[in-house]
Amino acid sequence: MKILVCISNVPDTTSKINFVENDTKFDTNSVQFIINPNDEFGLTRAMWFKEKQGASVDIITVGQKDVEPTMRKCLAIGADRAIRVDAEPRDAFQVAKEIANVAQEKGYDLIIAGRESIDYNGGIVPGMVAKYLGAQFVNTCVSLEIEGSNATAVREIDGGKETLSCSLPLVVGGQKGLVEEKDLRIPNMRGIMMARKKPLEVKPPTVEDIQVEFSSFSKPAPKGDVKLVDPENIDQLIELLHNEAKAI
Amino acid sequence: MSILIYAESENGKLKKTSYELASYAYKIAQNTQDQVVAVAVNAQNLDSLGQYGVSKVVSVTSEELSTFNSETYSEVLTLVAQQENANLVIISQSANAKYLAPLLAVNLEAGYASNVVALPELEGGFTVKRSVFTNKAFGKAEIKTDTKIVGLSNNAYGLHENQVSCVVEDFNPSISQSGIAVQSVDKNTDKVSIADAEVVVSGGRGLKGPENWHLIEDLADVLGAATACSKPVSDMGWRSHGEHVGQTGKPVASNLYIAIGISGAIQHLAGINSSKTKVVINTDSEAPFFKAADYGIVGDAFEVVPQLIEKLKEFKASNA
Ligand SMILES: Cc1cc2nc3c(=O)[nH]c(=O)nc-3n(C[C@H](O)[C@H](O)[C@H](O)COP(=O)(O)OP(=O)(O)OC[C@H]3O[C@@H](n4cnc5c(N)ncnc54)[C@H](O)[C@@H]3O)c2cc1C
Ligand SMILES: Nc1ncnc2c1ncn2[C@@H]1O[C@H](COP(=O)(O)O)[C@@H](O)[C@H]1O
Repeated sequence: MKILVCISNVPDTTSKINFVENDTKFDTNSVQFIINPNDEFGLTRAMWFKEKQGASVDIITVGQKDVEPTMRKCLAIGADRAIRVDAEPRDAFQVAKEIANVAQEKGYDLIIAGRESIDYNGGIVPGMVAKYLGAQFVNTCVSLEIEGSNATAVREIDGGKETLSCSLPLVVGGQKGLVEEKDLRIPNMRGIMMARKKPLEVKPPTVEDIQVEFSSFSKPAPKGDVKLVDPENIDQLIELLHNEAKAI
Repeated sequence: MSILIYAESENGKLKKTSYELASYAYKIAQNTQDQVVAVAVNAQNLDSLGQYGVSKVVSVTSEELSTFNSETYSEVLTLVAQQENANLVIISQSANAKYLAPLLAVNLEAGYASNVVALPELEGGFTVKRSVFTNKAFGKAEIKTDTKIVGLSNNAYGLHENQVSCVVEDFNPSISQSGIAVQSVDKNTDKVSIADAEVVVSGGRGLKGPENWHLIEDLADVLGAATACSKPVSDMGWRSHGEHVGQTGKPVASNLYIAIGISGAIQHLAGINSSKTKVVINTDSEAPFFKAADYGIVGDAFEVVPQLIEKLKEFKASNA
């Protein structure tokens, strides 16, 4: 089985979010970048398929050279090969087309992406990749088993779960649940050494158009101080929620 | 031209978000002189959408569509969008809508903006305000394609009545076989889901253990609320993963969010920032949640919550 894991390079969850150049660009100054958490669950699941079912695992990132440390980390965790499409990611359409083009050329049975990237929160790339490839698609995937050319997946729905089955090729939008948090891997020394020798192929971009373009960013207005209610006076809280906030 | 909304339903009953999408679409249509058309699958009482500005409802009734399937549903939406000459499609941000949106976008060659929180600006293009960085910021984005898809965040626009005359037309497309088979659906039908809830009551590690969750559940019951939790609570298996909210869990966009025994870590707050009113109950007055909340009680959940439940019952009884 050939697996491709889509890795998006995102600011660490504790990062302060600021913008520069007249609020048109994200301020990367002193921001630590990490593997998008949803993708990390997918990568770890791919490692399981590699170890238990003999799968090969490639990773792909659409990004400029500065994403390579994150890609090397994926190789250190155990991915076999990395592919970087050398373009600044500008929208989901462009990224999905680039990934689909590479996938078309190399042929994968399973493509694992994340439910959404925690930076721009599009939640669009995996579904588009599936559609461009004519592959099946399961979003918000919390469990995935492959047997031969058949997949069984569990999808999180609002208020529950549903179990789906389909044949490969398949694209999933994964998240926590694909593996448990405790099973996520921290690269060890040996992995880091080996990662240096693993191939990282750089491909020129093939897509020029985009569909949705960011023009500026802003931050939410600072909110007023909290109104404290005495624990002995709970009626006051109910009164405030009813009359002031109109929330009950 | 028309603006198409996807009016979702649950067991045949239109969801509240469908009326919100209608309200939002009607406001845009007043500027663009379009008419608002809705598409609904296996739902009843469709002319109620007329109250919120929908002039025409395309009603699809089909046994094959009895369970949601992203492929067949996106196909239906594609056919209706083409038939109705829609240059703007508006969907909710439910799990199902988010699932089918990218497929629909490819079918219609439409640019899709998700998590939209306000009306579009129509001068010199079509620009929407989206929440980004998991509610820590907003971004303005221009959708440049001829056909556009907007995913409207829950509760971002609200319900606005605008009665218009509304016709309901049946549509029976032939639907291709999907490659995905739904084996089973496991859904808690007697509880509101976090995504649909007006009120969410959420518990953190401060509740000490799963045996104390009756406090959260009882409070949620009085308020008709969904229950949720912080990440460590689901990591420890006190509650299911499906209840974990935050940056790496579910987003919450309810009218009221009540956090009990939750410290208010940045990753937790990111997921709940777009809730309208936030209440915190915590023993530690220094807990970061107090900086994010509208109302707070510095106190012990085990004393405060039972009282709050009783007082709310009284309040509900006298306001019934
Ligand atoms: C990559 C990453 C992603 C993450 N994503 C998420 C996420 O999506 N969602 C999320 O929630 N967390 C997330 N976290 C974890 C987050 O950083 C916090 O650790 C977590 O939110 C803390 O949960 P808590 O508030 O329940 O527990 P604690 O931080 O332990 O807080 C418990 C609180 O309860 C209070 N308390 C104690 N006893 C009582 C009492 N009797 N009555 C009232 N109050 C009491 C305490 O004062 C304290 O403030 C993430 C972390 C990382 C590193
Ligand atoms: N620039 C990128 N390169 C590779 N994969 C990406 C990129 N952007 C997004 N993805 C993948 O698509 C998923 C969803 O991203 P998004 O649609 O941007 O929310 C991510 O979790 C990644 O798996």
